[in-house]
Amino acid sequence: MESTAKDNFFLPFFHAIGKKVLHIINSLGAAAIFFVLSFLKIFRARQFREIVQQVFYIGAKSSTIVLLVGLFTGMVLGLQLYYTLVKFGSQGVLGSVVALTLIRELGPVLTAIMITARAGSAMTAEIGNLRISEQVDALYTMRIDPQRYLISPRIAASIISFPLLTAFFDLIGILGGYLTGVVLLGVDKGAYFYRIREYVDMVDIRGGFIKSLVFALLVATICCFQGYFTHLRTDSYGAKSVSLSTTSAVVYSCVTILISDYVVTAFLM
Amino acid sequence: METPLIEFREVTKRFDEKTVLDKADLLIYENQITTIIGKSGSGKSVLIKHIIGLLTPDEGSILFRGKPVKDMQKKEWEGYRSQISYMFQNNALFDSMTVFENIALPLRQTTKLRKKEIERKVMSRLEQMELADAAGKYPAELSGGMQKRVALARALVTDPAIVLFDEPTTSQDPIRRNTILSMIAHYRKQFGFTAILISHDIPDVFFISDRILLLWEGKIGFHGTYEELTRLKHPMIDEFLQSIEGLRDELTGLLSKEMFRSRYALSLGGGQADTTFTAVIFIAGVDHSVDLPRPQAGIEVLKVLGEQVNNYFGPLGGFSARHSRDKILTILPRISPQEAGQLVQDISQGLSKVLPGMESLTPGRIAADECFWLSVSAGIAEATSAEDIDEIMLRAETNQKVMVKFQCGREGVTQ
Repeated sequence: MESTAKDNFFLPFFHAIGKKVLHIINSLGAAAIFFVLSFLKIFRARQFREIVQQVFYIGAKSSTIVLLVGLFTGMVLGLQLYYTLVKFGSQGVLGSVVALTLIRELGPVLTAIMITARAGSAMTAEIGNLRISEQVDALYTMRIDPQRYLISPRIAASIISFPLLTAFFDLIGILGGYLTGVVLLGVDKGAYFYRIREYVDMVDIRGGFIKSLVFALLVATICCFQGYFTHLRTDSYGAKSVSLSTTSAVVYSCVTILISDYVVTAFLM
Repeated sequence: METPLIEFREVTKRFDEKTVLDKADLLIYENQITTIIGKSGSGKSVLIKHIIGLLTPDEGSILFRGKPVKDMQKKEWEGYRSQISYMFQNNALFDSMTVFENIALPLRQTTKLRKKEIERKVMSRLEQMELADAAGKYPAELSGGMQKRVALARALVTDPAIVLFDEPTTSQDPIRRNTILSMIAHYRKQFGFTAILISHDIPDVFFISDRILLLWEGKIGFHGTYEELTRLKHPMIDEFLQSIEGLRDELTGLLSKEMFRSRYALSLGGGQADTTFTAVIFIAGVDHSVDLPRPQAGIEVLKVLGEQVNNYFGPLGGFSARHSRDKILTILPRISPQEAGQLVQDISQGLSKVLPGMESLTPGRIAADECFWLSVSAGIAEATSAEDIDEIMLRAETNQKVMVKFQCGREGVTQ
């Protein structure tokens, strides 16, 4: 009798956990299939124009905010690191520390988060709106594969834009560090750039590039997936479901960026 | 026996616990307008979404020209789909694209046509729909009626063999509603497609339909012509018609056909007592040899005619209803045919004053190469309540004379 009572007490608990785990696995599987199918459709005909358009929206239009964040990140790094390094009398290595921090870590991560906030959320909202107003179905009825037309160009554009914007972020960040370190705090100009050239290797740049590619695939897939299946949400309908999908897309993307950053870094080290 | 173009065999569709289609059998024939009617939420949209593949049946099969679509190879399936167009209830236009881009989209994405050819096709459709001036506008800048026409243009731009219309007249006023239905009938004749229509616009939609399907509790409860529908005395059909048909015809303001029949039975003991009365039939004729926008002119005339008939005959105890797309039948219980003739004269005078002021007949609205005529005729017959209404109509029709005629280029309305 006692065992049965215990079973009854724990059963709903494990049932809820099991249900949630199954839901997560199911969603991950669906997202993986969604990504593979969408990725393969990048190479179909009539994609060039759409991809260029999306590079403009995701890449070019995000550049201002990315450059602004890059500049101030570099400046604040220059400031913080200068006062730390000066304690050890090593302010001469400021350039290399700023550059390595940006190229290896902050550049890819912050760029990805900024693009998620600006373009990722817009992707989810736009696709979600198309879905709830039956425009995705309309594409299907016109024999236009919605995944090929809506999702593949966004994934391709992310693959192109993320590394490019990361490179810009790194560059402007290094200049930001130069502004505070050299112009404001008096570090030697030659030493700043010399140390960068001496300590930053190709492997660091490659690592940052790989990270930005991984983030591009993750962010584009998550944001498009959330928008594309917004009509399947069970917690809300219509405009509300689009807003919840957009929130979920941004949250999941940011969390995934940070988790995958750790995983990729561990592999690269 | 003719092979149906599309056939449903015991198609069942469930959403969670709810069974929307329950072993539904359906036959759609080529080059016809088939209208699907049914209560709201009865699964009409679900039914036609199966035809284009937006939904797939849980059980049963769908056949195209006798072949199950689920057995089709990919190429065959694409070929089948390329013949179908779908006009959505809410239009589903792309808000971020202009009208031109919306209509050009299926051509750009699914054909290898050159830019010039696409432009020519799109502009031709836009002109047919009187939307040439709106080509550069966004859907949000257009009225509801214009958006509908854009959706219709997009559905027709690929020259489909089958067009599915999901409530094409929702949220339109009676004139616009009838114009859209006329447009569908007109283009079906012109382009020769098979139309499958969902509509609640009774009686208007019946007048353009070749066959009517009533979806009832997940099954096709009735299929046949409008005449068969109105003659069939079945609780299901009575319940449906009563639930959907108002007391009055929205376009003309006259009695609905059902109300007309019950008034006829009540006041004259229709079909039983032998009471004599006068019947007048009014027929609005429109020049069908020319292209649009004649349907709108014809509909406006019918509306004006309905108002006039109501004004003149209503106070004298007469009652009227629209019995087909362009025919109004009036029953005058205590009026002789001679007196009725005098009243018809008065109505024709009234009409000749009102018609030239109608929006669609104002000279500025009609281009020189669009000249057309329209007329209103009337026929009077003495009848007894033992006769069938259709017989009375036929007899009155044989006596018809033109009351008023409008022909652009001439001096307005002639009598």
